[in-house]
Amino acid sequence: MISSTEEEIPNITSDAAKSSSLSGLLKPGGKNLGDFIFENTTRLFAFLVLSLVLLMAYEMFTKSLPSINRFGWSFISSSTWDPVHDQFGALPFIFGTLFSSLIGLMIALPLSVGIAIFLSELCPQWLEHPVSLLVELLAAIPSIVYGLFGIFVMTPWLRDTVEPFLGDHLGFIPLFTGPPYGFGMLAAGLILSLMILPIIASISRDVMKAIPGSLREAAFALGATKWEAIKIVLSGSKSGILGATLLGLGRAVGETMAVTMVIGNRPSISFSLFDPGHTMASVLANEFTEATSELYTSSLIEIALLLFILTIVLNAAARFIVWSVTKKYQAEY
Amino acid sequence: MASIYYYRWRRTKSHIMAALCFASALIALIPLFLIFYYTMSKGLSSINWSFFTQMPKPAGETGGGMANALIGTGILIAIGSSIGLPVGILAGIYLSAHRTTLFSRIVRFLTEVLNGIPSIVIGVVAYILVVIPMKRFSALAGGVSLGILMIPLVTRTAEEMLNLIPQSYREASLGLGISRWKTTLFVILPAAFKGIFTGILLSIARAAGETAPLLFTALGNRFWSTQLDQPIASLTVFIYDYSKAPFDDWNRQAWAAALVLIVLVMLINIIFRIVTRKRYA
Amino acid sequence: MLNTSEDIKVDDETVRMRTENLNAFFGRTQALKNITIAIPKNKVLSIIGPSGCGKSTFLRCLNRMHEEIGGTIKGEIFLGSQDIMNLDPVNLRKKIGMIFQKPNPFPTMSVSDNVTAGLRLNGFRNKKKLQEIVEENLIKAALWDEVKENLNQPGINLSGGQQQRLCIARTLAVNPEVILMDEPCSALDPISTAKIEELIKDLKKTFTIVIVTHNMQQAARVSAYTAFLYMGELIEYGKTLNMFTRPGKKQTEDYVTGRFG
Repeated sequence: MISSTEEEIPNITSDAAKSSSLSGLLKPGGKNLGDFIFENTTRLFAFLVLSLVLLMAYEMFTKSLPSINRFGWSFISSSTWDPVHDQFGALPFIFGTLFSSLIGLMIALPLSVGIAIFLSELCPQWLEHPVSLLVELLAAIPSIVYGLFGIFVMTPWLRDTVEPFLGDHLGFIPLFTGPPYGFGMLAAGLILSLMILPIIASISRDVMKAIPGSLREAAFALGATKWEAIKIVLSGSKSGILGATLLGLGRAVGETMAVTMVIGNRPSISFSLFDPGHTMASVLANEFTEATSELYTSSLIEIALLLFILTIVLNAAARFIVWSVTKKYQAEY
Repeated sequence: MASIYYYRWRRTKSHIMAALCFASALIALIPLFLIFYYTMSKGLSSINWSFFTQMPKPAGETGGGMANALIGTGILIAIGSSIGLPVGILAGIYLSAHRTTLFSRIVRFLTEVLNGIPSIVIGVVAYILVVIPMKRFSALAGGVSLGILMIPLVTRTAEEMLNLIPQSYREASLGLGISRWKTTLFVILPAAFKGIFTGILLSIARAAGETAPLLFTALGNRFWSTQLDQPIASLTVFIYDYSKAPFDDWNRQAWAAALVLIVLVMLINIIFRIVTRKRYA
Repeated sequence: MLNTSEDIKVDDETVRMRTENLNAFFGRTQALKNITIAIPKNKVLSIIGPSGCGKSTFLRCLNRMHEEIGGTIKGEIFLGSQDIMNLDPVNLRKKIGMIFQKPNPFPTMSVSDNVTAGLRLNGFRNKKKLQEIVEENLIKAALWDEVKENLNQPGINLSGGQQQRLCIARTLAVNPEVILMDEPCSALDPISTAKIEELIKDLKKTFTIVIVTHNMQQAARVSAYTAFLYMGELIEYGKTLNMFTRPGKKQTEDYVTGRFG
């Protein structure tokens, strides 16, 4: 007779529209002491997480005040980093962070999207899980091991093979000028690309897989080739891939060990990939223990603060994009 | 007809692009294998029993081990876990119980923010919060930095695993006259235990692999030390120091330590993925 | 406001529970409007009605589970002469048990631990007594013979019908007076369904039972009284036989003859 559909039982622990978690604090629930203690203990710890982040921001800000007050905006625009004379301008590090991350992104993005397409559209079923697993394992390798690999395997290769080749054939482009050290921007960019590739690839794959099969079927029904169907899927995945890219970028700017072990750690601004450089993260790693004066330490902490803000902005933007993408799909499908 | 040639071109293009995508997968996986290969080949020779049990030898002398680094990492993780686990699990329980309130959304967002903060910045925070007041580098400061790092990972895993447990168990338990907190603690949490446990293992693996936050908190120590208020050695800083040294023997030891680290981390990761895949199957 | 065709003291029937002008809300949406119903002692009352009519919501008001979901209740619900809105919900649920649509034995507990869960988690420790309770209630739930060889197996190892009977045993162990059942058989095969219906006929001698069902033949088979809900309102209430053979309202007639569902 009537087909049985389970009556919609709402989530048993979801809160009613009106009640805020604050009211739970004021009236002890079902007159049960145990519930009251438990509820408020968990609430306390959740609040602890919130206050931790706020505390971090506050502490870093106050400890950078000496540097902020002394240098103001010139901290970001000056490229003089002279501990001896107490002159601190962070531009080389900001440049280095952005440049190396950009290189990493430019290498990683096409590869990641290629992998995502492969896993989502082309790969036979049995191959998908193992390959996905391997890609995700790339993300699990500790930074220090990447650094080790960078120092002893990658930079000699760059120094002896790749950079001379690029310098000989493309040396007229400013990107490829200068002596091939091996260590430098290119090394940093390459190693970063390896580290952010898994993030971008797995999120892009998830985004593409979330697109309903009916879209592909419609494309095929119209006579599209596999690639043409993929292009359609890609256009629907654009914002998700953008979000993934931002997340990858967020990871790249914060990467410390692998970068500092191969970038050469020289605070100079150069547009050649062969030249050494420095990043915000690597200067912290190298010089924090050597900071002798309060101003020196304060400047370093200000760099940490800048890095903090940068990663928060990138991550928040990424989350927002991913969130709005999933909302769109929930609404449409 | 022109249309047939155009069609053939479209098809060829499709094949080329597919091959490119396949190639990118290969290109990405090559470094993975290279890293494993080199770590194995350069590190395996230095792995022996004395490597795990001996102390580092003075500069220039060959041999020695990383016993102090191993115990150091152990102690740092213990301190970190004692902070990260309680906070993470309890916060995760709260977030799972209140999914839509404004407060929860804020906390969840900030947890993600915390997750995305570079570990070196967390090291700076631990420096400010622990090293400056204590006026010295210490294992405690290093442990605190690892703990802060672990909080978002444990919170997220606890919340996700708890959310996976069907609501009907909660209903059944409440229906029997069991109070809310007992339901969460003795019915729901045990059901989610396996997933949470492996998630915790994963966060420990992540913390064990961190170097940057330890550089100016726990600092490092060439000698045996288990005291919480003194600098302490660690596996990762050991690798870093030994990789910078001009001694071949030390470089080899760095590879060996990296091998130990990577095996540990990989094992835990694989276990985690197997356990969580089963849930979705 | 009485919607029933007969008076609330139904034929001198003792009434175990009743609701008076029960209104239930989810936030601002009203799910139940002025429900006034009597639940006769040691009888089975069926609640029938189309999907979304509020049957499950009504059931969940009776053991105050509705509030756990974030809902609100206005009106009175009596267990005996006590307004349950004044009682502690946790203790109340020891007197009013619930069986759910999808069998849900606790996944980390064995068969015997499942049966005693309600007691153990409230502090009951006596191991010997617990063992007796396990046997006693598994027998009452007609499950003992099938599991007695292996009481330590995980509760979820059993078949669907067995799991549901395990849940019944678990509820019985707490010694309630009223048992609420929310479509207890809809996830089960016909044979298990038959076994449970037999069980219900047996259980009503000791307990008062309210069963929500979308299956009208089932209502006809097991219950003495039936209430028909539609869009949150009580349309008709009376002896099951009368409801199906000569319903008082047109809506009731339309529903039981399948004109709408």
